[in-house]
Amino acid sequence: MSPAAQPPVMVFDGVCLAFGGECVLDRISFEVARGETLVIQGAAASGKTLILKLALGLIRPTRGRILLFGEDVTEYSDAQWNGVRARIGMLFQEGGLFDSLTVEENVAYPLLNQLRTPLTGEEIRRRVEESLEFVELGHTLDKFPSELSGGMRRRVGIARAIVTQPELLLYDSPTAGLDPITATTIMALIVKGRDMSHATTVMVTHRHQDGELLDRYRWDPSTGSLAPAEPGSTRTRFMVLREGRIVFLGTPAEFDACEDPYVAKFASR
Amino acid sequence: MLDLLKRPVHTFQEFILLSIRSIRGVFRKPAYWGDTVIQMDLIGVGSLPVVGLTGFFSGAVMALQMSRALQTYGATSQVGKIVAITMVREMGPVLTALMVAGRNSSGMASELGSMKVTEQIDAMRALGTDPVLKLVKPRLLATAIVLPLLTVIADFLGLVGGWFVASVMLQLTPGAQYWETAWRAIEYNDIAQGLIKPLCFAIVLSMVGCYYGMQTTGGTQGVGRSTTQAVVVASVWVVVLTFIIGRIFTNL
Repeated sequence: MSPAAQPPVMVFDGVCLAFGGECVLDRISFEVARGETLVIQGAAASGKTLILKLALGLIRPTRGRILLFGEDVTEYSDAQWNGVRARIGMLFQEGGLFDSLTVEENVAYPLLNQLRTPLTGEEIRRRVEESLEFVELGHTLDKFPSELSGGMRRRVGIARAIVTQPELLLYDSPTAGLDPITATTIMALIVKGRDMSHATTVMVTHRHQDGELLDRYRWDPSTGSLAPAEPGSTRTRFMVLREGRIVFLGTPAEFDACEDPYVAKFASR
Repeated sequence: MLDLLKRPVHTFQEFILLSIRSIRGVFRKPAYWGDTVIQMDLIGVGSLPVVGLTGFFSGAVMALQMSRALQTYGATSQVGKIVAITMVREMGPVLTALMVAGRNSSGMASELGSMKVTEQIDAMRALGTDPVLKLVKPRLLATAIVLPLLTVIADFLGLVGGWFVASVMLQLTPGAQYWETAWRAIEYNDIAQGLIKPLCFAIVLSMVGCYYGMQTTGGTQGVGRSTTQAVVVASVWVVVLTFIIGRIFTNL
């Protein structure tokens, strides 16, 4: 099946979410096609992270439907969700690494718990090492998360997210609280992950530079670094949320041209 | 009025739902025996010194305080009986549970609370693990296994404390007589009460600790709040439950 004929990887159809009668997401509707990159921006508490948590089945919508990989997952039980979650990699804002496990055990966790076909110990070790080499942290296997810096923890989080080679990658504010140099390193790894595996990527961020990087750069395997991408080749779209509503959803060109003063705050001009 | 009640009723409902899921989880796979053994070590072996000291000195204090009253009635030979009944029925289970509440319910609330605020529990769910089975079940099982054992140790050390004061320090009664009266005083009803209580306390202590941990919000401040709430609620429940169970047994 050609990518165009395949169903969208993620569909939110009129999704509403309320906590204690207070509506925190209101009629959220969007689609993410296979291989596309969606950058979600918005002020703090605008509901960005909630969209990712809904997409992972960690919370249920109050109204509306969520479709992942063509399946309606809105009413799925936790057991049903496990099959869907195995196809998704997620980087949590703080990394979400387990304190009591070593880096190796953290990265191996999805391989031991998510895959339906069990892998041998040797195969697990190989894939963990590969994944950690990908984020240039091959030497940290025996360390605990508390022994790593904030940037290194995010990198281990990326290694854990990609170790099962998921079709959909979700990133929750991957650069929040990091210095500009580390933030660029993390973003380069996200671009590398996207371009090497051709995974669909959804990233929540509050930094316009992060979205810009995903849109305008690609990973060049020959040089092992980022290179400018052809306009439109990264298939990136931008979405802006305000108080739980989508106020903008469109291409980078439309994003840059949008005259809404709120949206303009997140665009790179 | 209804608004005032809404929150505690909601909390109680959530607590009961978590308890039902956890107790059901005991019969579901995966078993996580490794985690259960680690928790048994933390709760059981870790609490031994504090539970032992509390048991010993509560028995000793009881014998000390009783000595004057028993001397008035010329019934000093009965000190073993009084210490035994009080320790096995009430003091042993309650004091052990209060020590474990202070030490472990708080520990569970702070550990799970920290995991909650650092998104480790969300990550666990996202990575295909049920946090109730992985985190709550081992703590529930471990507490249910070790609390009755700790209580038996506290009861015995309480009796030793009573013997030390009554026979060695004050020489109110010969040692052999102390142990004889203590042994004869305890009935099956007392032993049943003394073992059923810690089992009920174990469920409450572990579930309260885990519940407040899993409900934590608001960063490190929230972890502190959950920890305090867990200790207070667990301790109050221990006192309330001991009355309820005691009332049931006195009617038997």
